[in-house]
Amino acid sequence: MVDQGISRRRFLTLVGGVGAGLTIGINLPAAITKKATPEVSVTETSIFEPNAFIKIHTDNTVSVIIKHLEMGQGTYTGLSTLVAEELNADWAQIKPENAPADPKRYNNTSWGPYQGTGGSSGLANSFEQLRIAGAAAKAMLVAAAAELWQVNRAEVTVEKGVVSHKASNKKTTFGELANLAAKQSIPDEKSLILKEPKDFVYIGKKVARNDHGKIDGSAIFTQDVKLDGLLTAVIAHPPRFGGKVRAINRKKTLAIKGVIDVVEVPSGVAVLAKDFWTAKKGRDALEIDWDNSKASTVTTHKLMADYKRKANEEAGLAATHKGDAKKALEKADKVIEASFEFPYLAHAPMEPINCVALVNKQGCEIWNGAQFHTVDQSIVSSILGIKPEQVKINTLFAGGSFGRRANPYSDYIVEAVHIANAKKGTPIKLVWTREDDIRAGYFRPMYFHKVKAGLDKNGNPIAWEHHVVGQSIAAGTPFEGFLVKDGIDKTSIEGASNLSYSIPNLQVNLHTVDVNVPVLWWRSVGHTHTAFSTEVIIDELAHAAGKDPVEFRAKLMDKHPRHLGVLKMVAEKAKWGKSLPKGHGLGVAVHESFDSFAAQVAEVSVSDKSEIRVHRVVCVIDCGIAVNPDIIKAQIQGGIGFGLAAALESEITLENGQVVQSNFHDYKVLRMNQMPEVEVHIMPSTKPPTGVGEPGTPPIAPAVANAIFAATGKRLYNLPLKLA
Amino acid sequence: MSMTINVNGIDHTVNATPDTPLLWVIRDHIELTGTKFGCGQALCGACTVQMEGQAIRSCVTPVSAVQGKKITTIEGIQSDAAKAVKKAWEEEQVVQCGYCQSGQIVAAITLLENNTNPNDDDIDTAMSDNICRCNTYVRIRSAIKSAVQDLTNQKRSG
Repeated sequence: MVDQGISRRRFLTLVGGVGAGLTIGINLPAAITKKATPEVSVTETSIFEPNAFIKIHTDNTVSVIIKHLEMGQGTYTGLSTLVAEELNADWAQIKPENAPADPKRYNNTSWGPYQGTGGSSGLANSFEQLRIAGAAAKAMLVAAAAELWQVNRAEVTVEKGVVSHKASNKKTTFGELANLAAKQSIPDEKSLILKEPKDFVYIGKKVARNDHGKIDGSAIFTQDVKLDGLLTAVIAHPPRFGGKVRAINRKKTLAIKGVIDVVEVPSGVAVLAKDFWTAKKGRDALEIDWDNSKASTVTTHKLMADYKRKANEEAGLAATHKGDAKKALEKADKVIEASFEFPYLAHAPMEPINCVALVNKQGCEIWNGAQFHTVDQSIVSSILGIKPEQVKINTLFAGGSFGRRANPYSDYIVEAVHIANAKKGTPIKLVWTREDDIRAGYFRPMYFHKVKAGLDKNGNPIAWEHHVVGQSIAAGTPFEGFLVKDGIDKTSIEGASNLSYSIPNLQVNLHTVDVNVPVLWWRSVGHTHTAFSTEVIIDELAHAAGKDPVEFRAKLMDKHPRHLGVLKMVAEKAKWGKSLPKGHGLGVAVHESFDSFAAQVAEVSVSDKSEIRVHRVVCVIDCGIAVNPDIIKAQIQGGIGFGLAAALESEITLENGQVVQSNFHDYKVLRMNQMPEVEVHIMPSTKPPTGVGEPGTPPIAPAVANAIFAATGKRLYNLPLKLA
Repeated sequence: MSMTINVNGIDHTVNATPDTPLLWVIRDHIELTGTKFGCGQALCGACTVQMEGQAIRSCVTPVSAVQGKKITTIEGIQSDAAKAVKKAWEEEQVVQCGYCQSGQIVAAITLLENNTNPNDDDIDTAMSDNICRCNTYVRIRSAIKSAVQDLTNQKRSG
């Protein structure tokens, strides 16, 4: 039993000063039993207890504390919606506010003791937590009103931010009740009854985004941070991965007017100036003798040949072993065999990588589109030899990320901190150029797949043998224990190892290689390649069996009703089987990722010059309860465009450890004239919400490749897709 | 050296080398941060501003080339087309991360100030130099069309 007096102080406090009012912290069940003593957080707010998500101010605004990074996916709106729903707030009074870094209060509940955003888990892990937070706040407001009006709590109602007692015709606002509400006892979590879906007023409805300032240029990204005395740092990285500085000739750099300093850090040489352009000129004037004795020698086409050899000659580790695929393949009536090549990919978010850092006697302060708040905090504190809580992280909007800012090594943040540590007391804004961003890595790994699949004489698939070769993303990171089991990195084979088609003999083997090129998750992670190889092979099997690709898939999905649901609906919505203009083809793909299910049909044409044009994509997504249907549609549209860039154009290659591409002229991404018409349908559902940021991406490349086959009779196995 | 440039109707005297791109004068000297750095090579359009009503890439335009010219940034753009475009952007909920959107919006406004009835090809031509990695293109297209409709209706009723 938790002492109510202590618990009161732990859970809520009056916030002093302007806007004083009610602050409520909601406990996770585990935390309430584990800790019964008050714990003072040293972060900047006066909240005394973990898991504080709501502040109600006397001016009637409701701050919703956002523990995730807003990088375009709409987490501000989604998380605010959950609170507003159970609080019965007026949408206009809700103000999102970024949470500080704190693994106790703001951890991602699906990850454990880490605060961070990724795996399309933001809304899913908050769905219950934030609704409970809202419901508890509402209960206390009701209790306050009942006390104020001396009426029964059951007679007090709350609607759109107005608290009423109908019988006596009394009405008031959250702001007016805030101080009295703060004195009410914290309701027992179990006494709170969350709404039934039929009673939702915000969930499932059109709610406008509340990450404001992005239309008039007033939104502040890391790139826009202004601080007194701020210096911009532009850095020279080793041209080859693993290169080190042997000697620096600073003379020409220091001769440039406005250059303030040249600072060597472990990852390169930074030039500091008051403005970017001077710092960049200074950087470009550096003469650095690089020690390449331990530098990468990777040349990607040679590396791919090595991967291919491994897939052909080595066994690898079994990720899935069901039946006996080898034996069954020997007995098969028809065998399909194909190999697939996937290049390294850069995330290339529109905001080039950047970070503002200040190191002083108190510790370190960071301004950043923080995606792994507490990982960053812990790594920075260990570098500086200070306590994690001495690292204050100010989270700002990120101009995209797609995985790049969720770096288990905190690479660019560490770089900024090293520079700032050399200039103690001076805030440093590290700005990478686009060339730095494209060349300095953390890429989606390069992969090779080899698949052999067999049909019996009735055209039923009986065996599937799948080899995946590539680097592990998780090995050597804090996430290794969580993601790597018995040498198998889940992120390398997810989507293949759990193939959704009922095939009696399934073997999926992983060959993990160690390569001196830094790698990272990239929107939809392993599914970026496994969805492609599995959905192209299943399509090929359908054709080999002489069956319709949709019907063939559907028959094999007897154990996967949600896959089947989206597949059937997409076929209907896209008018699968309709007659098409000459040279056009339809292709289908269905794939589960991040607990959501997406099926897509792409309509593609190929010109006489072998140019691929994607005209239209229809997608059905089953992501459980659709909290914000319009944002879900936006994420699917965007996810399709993101995947389409990789399907059609994007590719990072290396020559002798050096990245060949440098900017958007040779690292090509999708543009307006290539964007197809996209139609998104959301499967009605009463299941808890699941991911939407990533699941739109995996099916597009195979849907397009399968459509190219339908249009031309040519099977393409390598990304990016090239016909000529 | 000291130069005077006119941004959003205000003359600013700045001390920068003549080769400094207009982008960095706007961002680091005048401290208007709505205009974004994306590529530095006129490849992505995040830095789009207007010079005398035409869209330019400020990241490759030396400040010396804009002396005496009127520069308009996202913060100062105010035409009827600008109002219609911003309203349409809001209504269509175009924005995701938002970083490229200042450039997208200035490019779209410039299109509508010069072409009152753009077709799909005109939109593609005007907008394909502006990259959005969130791939908000579907909504950019529909927002432009809705802004065109809005401006046409205003003209009729006005």
